[in-house]
Amino acid sequence: MAEIGIKDVRKTYGSTQILHGVDLNFKSGEFVVILGPSGCGKSTLLRMIAGLEEITSGEISIDGKVVNNLEPRDRGCSMVFQNYALYPHMNVAANIGYALKVAGVPRAERDRRIAETAKIVGLEELLDRKPAQLSGGQRQRVAMGRAIIREPKVFLFDEPLSNLDAKLRVQMRVEIRRLHKRLSATSVFVTHDQVEAMTLADKLIVMNKGHVEQVGTPLEIYHRPRTRFVGTFIGSPAMNFFDTTIAAGGDHVLLDGIVQAIDPVLGGQNAGTAVSVGIRPEHCRLVPAGTVNSVPANVDFIEELGSGRIVHVEIDGLSFAVSVEEDQFFEQGAVAGLQLPSEHIHLFSQETGLRLDDAPAATRQPAPKTVAA
Amino acid sequence: MNKRAVFKSWWLPVLFALPQLLLILFFFYWPAISVFNWAFTLEPAFGGAGERLFVGFDNFRDVFADSEYWRSVSLSLFFAFTATGLSMFIAFILAICVDRQLKGSSLFRFFYIWPYAIAAPAVGLAFRFIFAPESGLIAVVNTWSPDLWNPAKYGSHAMILVIICFAWKWIGYNFIFMTAGLQSIPRSLLEASSMDGSGPVRRALDIQIPLLAPTLFFLLVLNLTESFVGPDTYGIVDLTTEGGPNKATDVMVYRIVSEAFRGLNYSGAAAQSLVLIGLIMVFTFIQFRFVERRVHYK
Amino acid sequence: MIERTPILNAVTYFIMILGLILILGPFWMIFTASTQSLQEVTAVPFNMTPGGDFLKNVHAAWDRANLGPALLNSLITSLLVMVGKIALAALSAFAIVYFKSPLRHVFFWMVFLTLMLPLEVRVIPTYNIASDVFQPVRWIIQTITGIELSLQWNLLNSYSGLVLPLIATATGTFLYRQFYMTLPDELAEAAKMDGARPLRFFIDILLPLSRTNMLALATIMFVYAWNQYLWPKLMTTDASYQTAMVAMRALVPSVNALPEWNVSMAGALIIMLPPLVVVAVLQRWFVRGLVSTEK
Repeated sequence: MAEIGIKDVRKTYGSTQILHGVDLNFKSGEFVVILGPSGCGKSTLLRMIAGLEEITSGEISIDGKVVNNLEPRDRGCSMVFQNYALYPHMNVAANIGYALKVAGVPRAERDRRIAETAKIVGLEELLDRKPAQLSGGQRQRVAMGRAIIREPKVFLFDEPLSNLDAKLRVQMRVEIRRLHKRLSATSVFVTHDQVEAMTLADKLIVMNKGHVEQVGTPLEIYHRPRTRFVGTFIGSPAMNFFDTTIAAGGDHVLLDGIVQAIDPVLGGQNAGTAVSVGIRPEHCRLVPAGTVNSVPANVDFIEELGSGRIVHVEIDGLSFAVSVEEDQFFEQGAVAGLQLPSEHIHLFSQETGLRLDDAPAATRQPAPKTVAA
Repeated sequence: MNKRAVFKSWWLPVLFALPQLLLILFFFYWPAISVFNWAFTLEPAFGGAGERLFVGFDNFRDVFADSEYWRSVSLSLFFAFTATGLSMFIAFILAICVDRQLKGSSLFRFFYIWPYAIAAPAVGLAFRFIFAPESGLIAVVNTWSPDLWNPAKYGSHAMILVIICFAWKWIGYNFIFMTAGLQSIPRSLLEASSMDGSGPVRRALDIQIPLLAPTLFFLLVLNLTESFVGPDTYGIVDLTTEGGPNKATDVMVYRIVSEAFRGLNYSGAAAQSLVLIGLIMVFTFIQFRFVERRVHYK
Repeated sequence: MIERTPILNAVTYFIMILGLILILGPFWMIFTASTQSLQEVTAVPFNMTPGGDFLKNVHAAWDRANLGPALLNSLITSLLVMVGKIALAALSAFAIVYFKSPLRHVFFWMVFLTLMLPLEVRVIPTYNIASDVFQPVRWIIQTITGIELSLQWNLLNSYSGLVLPLIATATGTFLYRQFYMTLPDELAEAAKMDGARPLRFFIDILLPLSRTNMLALATIMFVYAWNQYLWPKLMTTDASYQTAMVAMRALVPSVNALPEWNVSMAGALIIMLPPLVVVAVLQRWFVRGLVSTEK
């Protein structure tokens, strides 16, 4: 178990800057997920912690000790790679035990620990197989076993689930979480999949273009995205946006000429401020056309999910996605009314992309969900 | 090289590379530099003592003034282009046939590669027998009329003989690369073309040859270089004709070696080597600059 | 394939069979000649059926070209070239691919350039340095310090002389480099995370993984070395170091007597057999080695 400190870490390749000064602290035993689109620098950051990538400037410390110039083997980290990087010519047991062999652990001890690890990751029956004879999920387990056996202070995961099919991914996600509960070593998990990120993280870090956009718990990040980018990136289907200006009075905006109130906690904006208004599909409501406080919207097309559906509507050239319940049906081409509940509206500055309120997170916790009328 | 260099150490790689480095320094770079040195100086033959004398381009002037040298150059050119063309043509026809993947074609493929395993001198000796004027396969023509075929007597016959040797040996090599190249053409492309109504000849001309062009050009340059300066040319000539009759097969590479070791004309041989090196450079330059750029499909 | 018309197939088979005659015909002639008596082999037209004198001809060729020691020399030389080449290539490619070093590119180009000049055009100075290996060392020391050393090492008529200049080229290095490039970067990184140092990674991971490459390189190097002619011919004046390929010269029939082609062909057959066996039996590896070293 170890704390990790990252202080003003930068990375440049030639003249391209990959990381622009990252400051982060991970607590001991925490499960940290770094989330971001490809090319945002998340893997680079992880590899810098591992010691596989040089640090251009700044400082990384593990357990208070600066590790900038330590070789990977001296940092006490182990890593699970995206393509697993199993040694193709060694069987499962040799793959798992290779680190111990290198470290000169005597054979008997090694075999004991291989057996122990194999049990944890559920590979007891497969120790004699070569990687080529294993399924994707089994390979994934070998990679995990190889990481566990060294009893590292820190686990690093570099998109370890992205090569698995959807069903296995869900299963492995649960196992990784369970494993973390059992070993409680500090874990850093890099992914571009927001579902993985939300489900696994104690602490979620969203990165974009070499910057940290937001740090927080998954719920904080879902409910109070600090930037427009985070708002777009988290949540599926993605948050709806429309650009407008704050109307006179500072407490509402207009959508297709109809007043959309802004939640009082967001109130007090200057009239005329250019803003992006965001609202998640699951927070929009579709009501029969003509209902009070609703904006007439043309139903464009419908994506069926079984458990519900996503209705895409169009208002004055703007399109909105709305998640509706299983028992709500709409006809393509029909007109419905769209309601944007004020307490779910997010406001971002058009200029900076930053969120336009500073209310403490606690006041924004959602009310328990009630059955839709 | 866009692979991540994983290890950091300056002395380990040097240590690992050192044996190879020393070998190429001693047995490649030093001799290569010596060729330059000798080409512009005069020096005594093996074992002779004394300083080398710088003579500028005198050695080259001597070489170029010699009409036999120019004859050797034109013989080499003729030999190289004819042998390359013949070998590549036959190999291409065979490769196209085998690529149709009829039943048993893998057996044919298995045998077509064999000639490349045979050393050039052995090829030379065998074909010298097969094409001997007094026995072997062709001798029968001399019973119709004496000396209808006699490579020991007629220069043109001797040239045909060495060309056949070289072409035969290199069929194997060219075939290997052409089948590999043909195999890498997606089947769907040929199928699409036949859906468009093309026959096998059309397809060869419109699809297979253009897509094989990089391979063909690579082979063309390689064959030309090999036939110009390659060990096979030396080995074949040495065991069939020894440059004769009457220097009719005295190609450049054979001439250089015999000048140096029989005539003990070091500097002349070095100057000729340098010309040859220049020619190789031109070939390679063509390969890299011209061919690689024009023949680019992917 | 696409068309299955009988006529086209017949034409294809016809051409392939012609090709087979063209390729195997010479082999058959060599073989039949080697089994015939002198009288049979000089018959015109040539009789394409084997005779019964094979062993007798082999015996004669064996004596005439001193094939026993010559074949042994060829075998030793070829094996040394093979092993030396593989070892040097694996190591130097490792240095080029896996280390971040400013010398990396310099070394790469130094090796690459050796592809440009075949042995034939630098054979004279190579002979010169083989007769006196420390010549450049002496020259450098003398130029720098003025001291004249009496260091001498003559490689003529020795196995080192037969082998070393043949190893000093880049073919194998490129094969290995290409192989290393196909391995995922993460393999080395995983080994690094597991605590392996470079040499350990090389021995535990790279070498076992490159087994197929090794075999491919071994086959082409064996054939290459066995079939060398000019270099061993120049540098072995001592008959006890003569290789089989050089010994073949003794089998060329003399012009003045009745040519004993049966003996010549028996000798040639034996000399060309080892590489032929390698290519036939290990064809898969041979082809793979050839295709990947040249591209």
